[in-house]
Amino acid sequence: MPEARAAHAGPLLDVAGLHVRFATPRGLVHAVRGIGFTMGREKLGIVGESGSGKSVTARAILGLVPRPGRVEAERIDFGGTDLRGLSPRQWRAVRGRRIAMVLQDPKFSLNPVMPVGEQIAEAYRTHAKASRAEARDRALAMLEAVRIRDPRRVYGAYPHEVSGGMGQRIMIAMMLVPEPELLIADEITSALDVTVQMQVLAILDDLVTQRGMGLIFISHDLSLVASFCDRVQIMYAGRIVEEARASALSAARHPYTRGLLACLPSVDEAERAELPVLKRDPAWLA
Amino acid sequence: MAEVLRGTGPGTARKAPSLARLSRRAGVLLGTLALTFLGLLFVTFVIGRVIPIDPVLAIVGDRALPEVYERVKLELGLDKPLTTQFVRYVAETATGNFGKSVLTGNPVLDDIRQFFPATLELATLATLLGVALGVPAGVLAAVHKGRWPDHVIRVVSLIGYSVPVFWLGLVGLLVFYARLDWVAGPGRIDIVYEYSIEQSTGLMLVDTALSGNWDAFRDAFAHIILPASILGYYSLAYIARMTRSFMLEQLAQEYVTTARVKGLGEGRVVWRHALGNVMVPLITVVALSYAYLLEGAVLTETVFAWPGLGLYITNSLFNADMTAVLGGTVVVGVCFIGLNLLSDLLYAVFDPRTR
Amino acid sequence: MSARAWLLSDAPASRLQARLGRAYLSARALVANPLALAGLLIVVALVVVAALAPMLEVGDPFAQDLSQRLLPPSAEHWFGTDQLGRDILSRVVQGARLTLTIVVLVAVIVGPLGLLIGTVAGYFGGWIDAVLMRVTDIFLAFPRLILALAFVSALGPGIENAIIAISITLWPPYARIARAETMTVRNSDFIAAIQLQGASSARILWGHIMPLCVSSVIIRVTLDMAGVILIAAGLGFLGLGAQPPAPEWGAMVSAGRDFLLDQWWVATMPGLAIFIVSLGFNLLGDGLRDVLDPKHA
Repeated sequence: MPEARAAHAGPLLDVAGLHVRFATPRGLVHAVRGIGFTMGREKLGIVGESGSGKSVTARAILGLVPRPGRVEAERIDFGGTDLRGLSPRQWRAVRGRRIAMVLQDPKFSLNPVMPVGEQIAEAYRTHAKASRAEARDRALAMLEAVRIRDPRRVYGAYPHEVSGGMGQRIMIAMMLVPEPELLIADEITSALDVTVQMQVLAILDDLVTQRGMGLIFISHDLSLVASFCDRVQIMYAGRIVEEARASALSAARHPYTRGLLACLPSVDEAERAELPVLKRDPAWLA
Repeated sequence: MAEVLRGTGPGTARKAPSLARLSRRAGVLLGTLALTFLGLLFVTFVIGRVIPIDPVLAIVGDRALPEVYERVKLELGLDKPLTTQFVRYVAETATGNFGKSVLTGNPVLDDIRQFFPATLELATLATLLGVALGVPAGVLAAVHKGRWPDHVIRVVSLIGYSVPVFWLGLVGLLVFYARLDWVAGPGRIDIVYEYSIEQSTGLMLVDTALSGNWDAFRDAFAHIILPASILGYYSLAYIARMTRSFMLEQLAQEYVTTARVKGLGEGRVVWRHALGNVMVPLITVVALSYAYLLEGAVLTETVFAWPGLGLYITNSLFNADMTAVLGGTVVVGVCFIGLNLLSDLLYAVFDPRTR
Repeated sequence: MSARAWLLSDAPASRLQARLGRAYLSARALVANPLALAGLLIVVALVVVAALAPMLEVGDPFAQDLSQRLLPPSAEHWFGTDQLGRDILSRVVQGARLTLTIVVLVAVIVGPLGLLIGTVAGYFGGWIDAVLMRVTDIFLAFPRLILALAFVSALGPGIENAIIAISITLWPPYARIARAETMTVRNSDFIAAIQLQGASSARILWGHIMPLCVSSVIIRVTLDMAGVILIAAGLGFLGLGAQPPAPEWGAMVSAGRDFLLDQWWVATMPGLAIFIVSLGFNLLGDGLRDVLDPKHA
């Protein structure tokens, strides 16, 4: 039960000194350069452009950085568990059960040859001893929770037969069915139309708040993150350059953030004739 | 052809195909098949007319009287223009008349029918071995890419692509028959048992098992195991390599990450999720591998004196029995076309994205 | 600037420099792969042995000496002698020339032929494409060895006929590749520009489209060389290739069949040669593909 878990004192996730390096034939790529942050049961947004290291950070937390990447950190503490150097068996108890992640495009992140309902049921049965019938019921309940009409029909459908928005809701259902404490959403709306984005985010917001979960929301869309999350972190070139409460974002100080904010058009602006172009200062890479 | 079946060509929408669309697809398919078959016959027809040997002389001998020569020539229709001859050839072949063997005097199709089951048995057993060993090998190689299991399996595969089948057969006979006496020698079965078998399918292992003749079964097995293993090795090399390639592609997909994020054990991720997506293209690979084995069978049967279609073709060749050679070529060509078609069909049937 | 720095420079001053730089990186990647390197060495060894065969002091491949027949490998005859007393090593070495001849001639026939048919089909489209592709499909419908067999049996045995037969069965995949590449560039702007300038179809095909397809064809040819060697050896084994006393490896294996049980070396040595050379081409081809087409991994 979420309340029981909240009894653990201290932050939900505590990361310090995280480095991720990839050894490529063209030299060492330092994707994440010593970042650190803590979060509780709140909605934390991580914003950055492609290559800023935000997705790599998520995968590093889950231990899913592919070879030839190497992860080093002073601390990755999740609710009292040290996530560094876990064995595969220990990871199986953490992944899905305590931390889950929703990926960007359901066309690719769902198994194409398995009906979607069974994929949800599988997520349930992995972490709870349940019969197939029980798991099926749970899966159907989850599909209803993400507001899918006609869950029975969708249960037997294949991923290519559902729309993008529905696919993401299915992914959310699949990831939330084992009731994790933390959900990482990696660019989950980037492949969706704007109206569908809003629907999916509304559903996610409800579920996360109901269950008292933590949410890390990764995106490149600053205004979206600002409207949706409690706190925002801006990443650039593998570092966190700014951290602020979403409501206080307009008072941000780092020139990169200010540059991003300045690029956002607004409906009722009168003064600007042209949108500025972000000028990158090499000093930010230091 | 595959695109037609899969419905990924222009103008195909992703809904359940209507009856009209299906029958149109089937029509196009049959048309393509017919054309290919016609082309096959054209090639064999040309080959048959290119030979420097006079087909009439081959039948009547060079001491025949001129009247006999003329009569046979008329019978064979060799006095007519080439296009008429071709039409007649197509009509005859399509109805199963492949001509008479110069050597045995029998209709070629009858001779082939006698020899075909032996090749069928050999190719089937070899493919089974190839699949049973090749698929797990390919999966292991992909999962452990870059490490020693991958290297070992790649080397084994590579050797399978490089070693001449007739030489491997000879070496196999030398080692396993002559020196180690683990298997029986050339031939399909010992003379002792040859006439005691009730032929129903023509497949020796099946016939002996069905009639409970276990001594003969063991003997048949001892004879088939070496040639089947050798052909099976080639099948394994091809299947393992393709499986590895497919698996590597799948393991890089996002749904594999999803499966791991869900907390599934690596075994389930690999053998249930990734392999499940590989099954469909793998079926076509197996069908094609079966087709390639028909090629390898020609040389293997020569080495092992295995009375199959390959031996029939090579013997006919040595005896200048062109009718038989061409008849055999047509049969092999038809099998090849058939297997290619089967693999396309299976792909269309099993891939849920095309339903 | 050192030669290496010049090759690896990020801003090449001429097309030649860019090309050489890429070639250098590819060559380095190829050589870094130990298996590909082994393949390259084997192929080079084949070429060297074949080229220098008359000069190598290994004895006369045709000298018969019945008193010396069927001797096992020894210091004097490294591979032993065959049933007519001929030194097997010298026959294997001489046979390398035959093998290389077959490989080179087939490549030289098949590559251009496939390229021509493929580019014509891809460029003109329409019924030309349909007809040519049907023809290609027909030849693809045959297993290669069987078709080669049928052709050689019709034309008569001999190395020239074997080469022709193998070439006839081998060209379709190259036509397919060339056609696919042609179709991707056919509608591009630079072709349209040349057409507007009034270039004839022949000039466009020859000068602009074919050069683009050449590299894929070359890769595929290298990969297929091993198969060519095996088919040629298979034909030789059946007595359809180069005729005796020519030391064709497949024919030598066949001749050694009768003595397999007691004088195993007569059949085994030429077979080993076929295997090693075929392996070399496979390794080299795999290495080339890894380097030039990394998606294939």
